[in-house]
Amino acid sequence: MEELIQKLKVEIIEVLNLEEMEPEDIDSDDPLFGEGLGLDSIDALELIVLLEKNYGIRIEDPKDGRKIFFSVRTMAEYITENQK
Amino acid sequence: MSLVIKKYCSIVTDRINVDGRTVFTPDNQDGFKKFARAAYRHFQTDYPKFFKMDSLSKLGFLSVEVLLKGENVLSKHSIEKTGLILTNASSSLEIDEKHWDTIRDRGQYFPSPSNFVYTLPNIMAGEAAIRHEFRGENTVLISKAFNAELIFNTADLAFKTGALECCICGWVEQYGNKYESLLFLVERSEHENEEGKSEEDVIFEPSILLKIYKRERAWKN
Repeated sequence: MEELIQKLKVEIIEVLNLEEMEPEDIDSDDPLFGEGLGLDSIDALELIVLLEKNYGIRIEDPKDGRKIFFSVRTMAEYITENQK
Repeated sequence: MSLVIKKYCSIVTDRINVDGRTVFTPDNQDGFKKFARAAYRHFQTDYPKFFKMDSLSKLGFLSVEVLLKGENVLSKHSIEKTGLILTNASSSLEIDEKHWDTIRDRGQYFPSPSNFVYTLPNIMAGEAAIRHEFRGENTVLISKAFNAELIFNTADLAFKTGALECCICGWVEQYGNKYESLLFLVERSEHENEEGKSEEDVIFEPSILLKIYKRERAWKN
């Protein structure tokens, strides 16, 4: 799990152009949206594409996004549970 | 009505000039992305969204940012009548191609939302308008090369019709590591004499725009 979390941090920094950040700047349990990294709606779409492109996971119900993308850890847990 | 160039800013490959004086050159010449980041830091800009912009918007953003450094145009002009008229040759071609690369293969169809939102040159003007809270007209026109007449005529019309009372206009061209910009801050003259001509100001007219453009690019050739 920790390995996947680290990989996700690198991928998130890359796809969201968080040029000023290093993986260690992202707390695995901090909220990605709102007070945490301050991501916006375009970033949310980019994370959905990331899951599908890099992990083959398609989110069927957009309402699930709030739970899945709460933090890097919740993303990693979702990937672990759903990757074929 | 005389229109004057209150200030101008050029970015011609790794050099930023304001009113003809160099205000920034990076330590190393490493292409546009590194140049943009170095310039952003040099001018102590605090606008994290900058890093999410495409290269064209970054160039436009930096050009407007440096041009307006120390200016407070909204203290003198209506927020609704301050706008941007920009021109370029390559439109948003670089990000258009990047987007195309993500959708051309139906088996690998993963369009990037953050690329897609920049696939219009007008977004560049929009980003600068949002940053400075300008709500007046803003547009981006395409021409094969720097076209002083086009810039002048469009801005002049906006002033004559009362659409604008302050305008940032000029040229912002970028494709890959080829990039240059020249922006003018244009207002009505405050120093008109009886003949309606300004004595102290640089008159906003096509021949002057072209002269400045040629001079700003001269060192490159």
